[in-house]
Order: sequence, then structure tokens, then C-alpha cells
Amino acid sequence: MSSSANDVRNAADTLNGRLDRLQQTLFPGAVGNTGGLLLLLLALLVLFSVLLPDLFPRITTLQAMMFQLPELGLLTLAMVLPLISGGLNLAIIATTNQAALLMGWVFTTQMPADATGIVALLWLIAGLGAGFVYCLCVGLATGVFVAILRIHPILVTLGTMSLISGVSIFLTRGRTLSGFPEPVIAVANSTFLSLPISFILFLVLAAGVHVLLTQTPIGVRIHMTGSNAEATRYSGVDTRRVLFSVYVLSSLLCWVAAIVTMGRFNSAGADFGQSYLLITILAAILGGVDPYGGFGRVVSLLAALAILQTISSGFNLLGLSQQMTLAFWGVTLIAVMAVKRAAVLIGEARAARG
Amino acid sequence: MPSTRSLGDLVFARTEVTLALVIAVFVVIFSLASPVFFTLPNAFDLIESYAVTTVLAAGVFVVLVSRGIDISFAATTAATQYLAAFLAAQLGYPAIVALGAAALLGVALGCVNAVLTYFLRVESIIVTIATASIYFALLIVITDGSEIYNLPAWWTDRIVFLRYQLAPRESIRLTLPIVVMAVVVLATHLMMSRTRLGRQIYALGGNPEAAGRVGINILRVQLFVYGYLGFLSAVAGFLQAHRVGQAVPTAMAGTELTVLAVALLGGASLAGGIGTMAGVILGVLLLAILQNGLNLLGVSPFFFQVVIGMAILASMSFTAYAAHRRQRAAA
Repeated sequence: MSSSANDVRNAADTLNGRLDRLQQTLFPGAVGNTGGLLLLLLALLVLFSVLLPDLFPRITTLQAMMFQLPELGLLTLAMVLPLISGGLNLAIIATTNQAALLMGWVFTTQMPADATGIVALLWLIAGLGAGFVYCLCVGLATGVFVAILRIHPILVTLGTMSLISGVSIFLTRGRTLSGFPEPVIAVANSTFLSLPISFILFLVLAAGVHVLLTQTPIGVRIHMTGSNAEATRYSGVDTRRVLFSVYVLSSLLCWVAAIVTMGRFNSAGADFGQSYLLITILAAILGGVDPYGGFGRVVSLLAALAILQTISSGFNLLGLSQQMTLAFWGVTLIAVMAVKRAAVLIGEARAARG
Repeated sequence: MPSTRSLGDLVFARTEVTLALVIAVFVVIFSLASPVFFTLPNAFDLIESYAVTTVLAAGVFVVLVSRGIDISFAATTAATQYLAAFLAAQLGYPAIVALGAAALLGVALGCVNAVLTYFLRVESIIVTIATASIYFALLIVITDGSEIYNLPAWWTDRIVFLRYQLAPRESIRLTLPIVVMAVVVLATHLMMSRTRLGRQIYALGGNPEAAGRVGINILRVQLFVYGYLGFLSAVAGFLQAHRVGQAVPTAMAGTELTVLAVALLGGASLAGGIGTMAGVILGVLLLAILQNGLNLLGVSPFFFQVVIGMAILASMSFTAYAAHRRQRAAA
């Protein structure tokens, strides 16, 4: 291994140690860590089981939750990478919808309806490939604005969001596409060993993002860029390449989200899932991702997503509206932040007393 | 040194100048392409239809200068509008009570954002994403999503302060939304540029640490900033219902990012501490002119969002290039 690679590894180890120490000082005790979130998840599971003894603690409820989670989960992963790098990607929903529309267009208008066997497989690959290339391009274009022109990611993605969804609305005139090939629908609606395939896909990708962020040089560089971009650049890291890979990966996760979404609803449209945009940020923050960049753990994120899904499913079974779920999600986020802040204040008071 | 300044230096010296030039170019293009565009009635119609956006943008501008972002103002606008409509139309309270209650609710919801941001030490964008979902969800739950149509006459009657007949079928009217918008813009401008409070808001946005050390009461400034946006949300809610003649809980949904984009186009910065009211007006004007011009040229309204996106990206690249130029000139 070359010495520069060793340097990076050493710097990464030091930085990781510092990040861990800092996180421990910031969030003493279990609160705010994965433990605190799992405790909250357990409390919610018990609460709903007590309130709904006949409906909630059932395998079917669990399975329904697993069917619903991947959509928000994949989009949250797409949001988390930019967040950790100190940015934001407001265009994830627009990108997902347009990718789904593009793939849907290939499947419904280009692919012969009577295609079977190898021909159908080739068309399937062509459609999915088109979506992949499209998302790659969106990621690269975003990268140019963020990394080369150094414009704040909120502004860039506000612009790309408006541009992309504008093009989708213009081309579809608000209509939706539907009637997709069997394999696409199967991804979102069938099970393997009674686990939804989309859920397995989500877990695999979440594990991939976890490994990427914690075990690879690029992952460490993403964290470093997020905690201090200037210092990272001066320490010899090409932050432009880091930011490029962040937005490309974010957009490619949108591609997967697009496949799952179009399979689940068997349709694609320009304005699907708009309300998910801010929820992904909420989920990421709840999972302990620092909005200033630099921190973030995928395990906490899974706990946070499970909490949101539990609240949603529980409220649904209680007969409460989607709006109540949304309100309670907001309250949960504020409550978790308040507990974290209280823990910091108590820690400070203890330190002051000696 | 003035003698060595080139045309480029002048164009890129300030965001406001750049923006004004871009607007001038579009005005010329649209005037040549459509005979209706460069006429006074069209200008007044345009201003009136952007009154609500401008009032909200003025409030968002103040929050941005203080280094905050508020996503919840659209929910606040809808909530205050509905409260006023409920008090006036369903319970028959007089205008002063209904509007007073709406203003109080707006200020209160804004102050909740300020208190949470200050005490939780969390970025305001996160706090207001959470409160936006809470405010909006509660509004929908309480109102069941139903509209109020039977607004009283004092609210929906067109009020014209001044009418000037240009031709037999052409007149310009100085209407209530235009007057209210002008008052809000002027008051915000004076407050930000002429008062101690305005200086404190710029100081807080420029460097919160330093602002605290020189004795600025940060909580008080934040309470004012978010409360002011809450108040302007109530004003915008009133104007919006005045124009459409009904109160709809979902009327403002999805306008958050457009208003934010307008303020940012005008040179306000997410980093806080900079920007002027004049710049924000130019930002609104650019979008208004683009929309109106493309409309008159017969471009599909579906295409408008594409234009907003391109305007944001182009303007931001321009600003980034200008900053780069200044940096190089300074080095």
C-alpha cells in the first residue's frame, strides 16, 4: 500500500476517534444513540400492542410494515448521503418520479406488448438501464453545480427539483403511466422466505451504505467533507470528487426507489410522493444524522425509520388519519431533540458542580 | 479604483445590479414579442397577482438575514386565514376581532419556532420542517379539510384606492393587495436599513457568536424575526382569501420552496447576514416577468416550473461566478 493511502487511513482513524469522542460528549448516555431510539421503538410497539391487542401484534401487521417501509427507507438513504457530506438533496422525489416515468415509458410504449422470453428480458434490461443512465446523469449534473461551481446544495437542488418536476409535468400533462411488466411488479409485491423482496433489497442497500460510510476511504472522506470541507481540502482530499460521488450515489438510490415505487403502485406520475421530501429529512435527523454534516449512522437510521413506520401503522389501525400520523412524527422529532438537549444541559450542570 | 473598473466589474458588483440587468433584457425581449406586455394595465395586474408572494418573501427575507430558514410559513398562512374566516363567517365576529386573532395566531406560531430553535440549539430548517408538519396536520384534522366560502363582504369586496382611465376599455387600478404589499415592503425595508433592530438582525446573521458577545439579546431578536414572518403570513393569508374569495386549508401547500427561491434569487444568503429588500423585490419581479411574458407568448403554463428551475440555476451560477471574480480581484 502506498504511503498516501496509509496517511489517509491514519487521518481517518484519528478523525473517527475524534468523531466518536465528540458524539459521546454531545450525547451522553443512551439517549440520542441507537439504544435510545430502540428503547423508543420498543415503547411504541408495547403501547400499540396494549391499545390494539387483537390487531397490532400480528405477523400480518409486521409484514405490511415491511412492505411499506422500503419506499421511505430508500429515499431516506438518498437524502442521508448528502446530509452527511454537509449538503442536502431536495430533488430526490422529482428524480425518482422522472426515472419511474422514463422506465414506464419504455415499458408501456416502446416494449412490444407480446414480447416473451429473451426479447422481454432484453426490453426489461433496456428500460431499467435507461433509468440508471438517467439517474447517473442527474447525479453528475448536480455534482457539477455543487462541486465545481460550489453553489450551496440547497439552492442547486431547489433548482434541479423545480426543473426536473417541471419537465415531468410538461411531458405528462399530469397523466400517469401504468401497466408494467410482471418482474417489476414482483419486486415490490412478492416475498422471499415470507420477507418482502423490496424489504430485503432495502436492507441490502442500507448495509451497503453502512459499509461504504464506515469501512471505505470514500466513506471517511464524506464524513470529513461534512464536518469541515475547507480543512479536508487542505489535507489533500479532492472534495470535488467526494461531492460528485455523493450526489451520483444519491441519485442512483433514487433509481432503486423508482423501481420499488412503480412496482408497488403499478403506475408512475409526475407528482407522486411529494410529501415524502421533508419526511426523509425528518427521518434522517431522528436517526441522529447531524444537519451540519459530519455525523450519521445507518443503524440509528433503521431504528428511526422503524419508529416512523410503527407510528404510521399503529395510527392507521387505530383509525387515526394520515394527518395525525404526520403531526405525531413532527412531535416525535421535536421531543427527541428536546431530550438530547436536556441531556447536554444536565451533563454541563454536572460538570460545573465538579 | 474607479478608473480601472471594467464593465464586467460593474455588472457583477452587486447581485441587485446583475438581477436588474437580467430583468431589463427580458422586458425588452417580451416587449418586442408581445404588444400587451409593456403596458400599464398588464404591469398592475402582474403586481397584484404577486402581492401574496411578495409579502411572504419579505418575511422570509428577514428570517434568512438572521441566518435562519422557515419552512412553516405556508402552514401558518393557511391556519391564520382559516381562523379569521371561521371567526368572521361562521361566528359573525367583526373584522377587527377576526383579523386581530389571525395576526396573534401568526405571531404565536412564529414565536414557537423561535423558542424551539433557540432552546433546542437545532438548525431552524429542521425545527420548522417539524412544526410545518404539525401545524398543517392539525389544521387539516381540525377543519376536516373543508373550505369556507361565505366570507363577509368587507373581506372579499374589491377595494380600489385609485382608478385611472387610460382608454375607454383600459384602466389601471390601485387595489388593496398592491397597497398592502407596498406598505409591507416599505416597512420591512425601513426596519432592516434604518433601525437598531435591523442592524441587530444583520449582526446576528453575520456572526451569532460575536452578536451575543456585544450584548445583543439573541432570543429577543429571534422571537421578533420569526414572529414578524408569522405576522406577515397572517397578512398574506388575508390577501390570498381577498383575491380568491374563499378560505381553503390547502391553498398555500407547496409554495414554501417557491417563496424561498424568490428570496434567495434576490441575493439573500443561506449563510445569513446579507441581502436587501430591493434585491428580494427584483427576485419576485424576475419570476413574475418570466411567467407573464411566457404566458403572453403562448408558452404552456406546464412549462413554467421548468423556467423557475432554470432561472434559479442560471442565477446561482451567475452569482457564484461574480463571487469568484470578486475573490480573484481581491487576491
